[in-house]
Amino acid sequence: MKNPGKMLREVLESLVSKPATIRYPAVTVTMPDKFRGKLDFCAEKCIGCKLCMRDCPTGAITIRKVGDKRFACDIDMAKCIYCAQCVDSCMKKALAITGEFELAQLNRDKLRVTWEACGTPALGRENEPKSTAEAAVPQTPQDAGPETNADPKNDPPPKA
Amino acid sequence: MADRRRVNIPFGPQHPALKEPESFLLTLGGEKILAAGVRLGYNHRGIEKACEERTYIQDLYLVERVCGICSHSHSTCFVQAVEEIAGLQIPKRAVYLRTLIAELERIHSHLLWLGVAGHEVGFDTLLMYTWRDREVVMDLLAALTGNRVNYGMNTIGGVRRDITPEQAGQILTAMDVLEERTRYYIGVVTEETTLINRLSNVGKLSYDDAVHLGAVGPTARASGVDRDVRRDDPYAAYEDVSFKVITDTHCDVYGRAVVRVLELMEAYSIVRQLLKKLPDGPVTVKAPRKIPAGEAVGRYEAPRGENVHYVKANGTDKPERVKVRAPTLANVQVVAHMLKDGYLADMPIVVAAIDPCFSCTDRLIAVAHAEPRPPETLTWDELRTYGIDWYRKRGVDFTHLNRTFGNGAT
Repeated sequence: MKNPGKMLREVLESLVSKPATIRYPAVTVTMPDKFRGKLDFCAEKCIGCKLCMRDCPTGAITIRKVGDKRFACDIDMAKCIYCAQCVDSCMKKALAITGEFELAQLNRDKLRVTWEACGTPALGRENEPKSTAEAAVPQTPQDAGPETNADPKNDPPPKA
Repeated sequence: MADRRRVNIPFGPQHPALKEPESFLLTLGGEKILAAGVRLGYNHRGIEKACEERTYIQDLYLVERVCGICSHSHSTCFVQAVEEIAGLQIPKRAVYLRTLIAELERIHSHLLWLGVAGHEVGFDTLLMYTWRDREVVMDLLAALTGNRVNYGMNTIGGVRRDITPEQAGQILTAMDVLEERTRYYIGVVTEETTLINRLSNVGKLSYDDAVHLGAVGPTARASGVDRDVRRDDPYAAYEDVSFKVITDTHCDVYGRAVVRVLELMEAYSIVRQLLKKLPDGPVTVKAPRKIPAGEAVGRYEAPRGENVHYVKANGTDKPERVKVRAPTLANVQVVAHMLKDGYLADMPIVVAAIDPCFSCTDRLIAVAHAEPRPPETLTWDELRTYGIDWYRKRGVDFTHLNRTFGNGAT
């Protein structure tokens, strides 16, 4: 039967049904397991082969040698395209992806994340802000969970 | 004195009806379009050159970003060509998973198009509902691959992620939901008189013209051209599944809508067959970093039509040449033809009917001068001054504004 208003019934039904959208950010959203969010670095596992640097399509990742078999990692989250190729390339599984996706920043410096090498003598420095606003960033692998980064003190409101 | 019955109107590059910048020059006689010309080149991103500067692994993610909607199409097309050069035998399971993601992508792309088409003809209800239902497949893609777009599923030698039996169950459930919804949309497209009347006899493209102008994908199939790379030159796992190539003889925008909604049903059937036959085994083989010298062409039926990638390898870890021919390039000249003898008000839907993706299409065209000029190198500031002067000569001068708002030296 060819009539106009074919979708009318559906539209009227929607008036009384639940909204299809979720009330983000009032409701927290968890990403699926395989979601490629912010990267996580485990300094203890890194052997400094720099395969991740070689394979990164955007040159977002830098592994620095800071001492004998000790490596620090800088990731520029503004450059990162979240393809997680570095995670695949890493033979020692020093890199991992987290489900963290709320990474919007007004301050570009905060998008540069540094993971210090393990056993860095300046461990006491961990909790004090560093010169380049990297304080929001986990300094040791143990702290590198998403909950640390979700610290509201250090992040500006998501929509300023 | 110019003929007043013929008026030239530039449509774009910036126009509310266009989602991406593209320039159309329309010659109007009253409301009727007497002639139409298309000018590409507002979205050039230098992707092909950038591919030559990067390794194959880095290129994967670059070609994936040629298009935001058919990202898997481009990466699969590229990776197929590279694997052919390297002579890699891809595990069967990986091939199936690639095909699976390809069909899920087609589902999301066609649902997206249906919504956009509805929006262009002022039927926004259709847009809202199709896009709501599209979320089902988007969430599925996010769960399977790790992202809603730019799935990052392919790697040279297979796929990067395997699926679990639970996920296979999830896919089947989602297919049931989507199939039911698609039946409803087929009903809307074929029974809603406002939609049928609005789309019928708009953007006519005869069978002969479609063949002559080299139309691809649903645009060609809606003109009765029975052409589909999945069947004609089977890649990935399409040899192992049975499906119908949907064609239609309406030869107009309505036909293109019908082809796309019916193709959705085929996609659900393909996904089910793939999951049923999904073999066990590894999902990747070890691929060399350096690809031996050689060349290959990858063909792929993207949701918008045939996608072609040409890759030339020179034995290093970087390709010597990568050429991308996105489906829109094949269809864009068809648009100019379809616009002719139509009405100005039909312009947005005729353009939207090919599901255009202009930034995927843009490639550099080098104009060979009769007398070669020596190359010039400009610094950033010189380039800026050059640009300001170029516009000033043509009567566009923002000096006054710049002075008022104080953001510029000149």
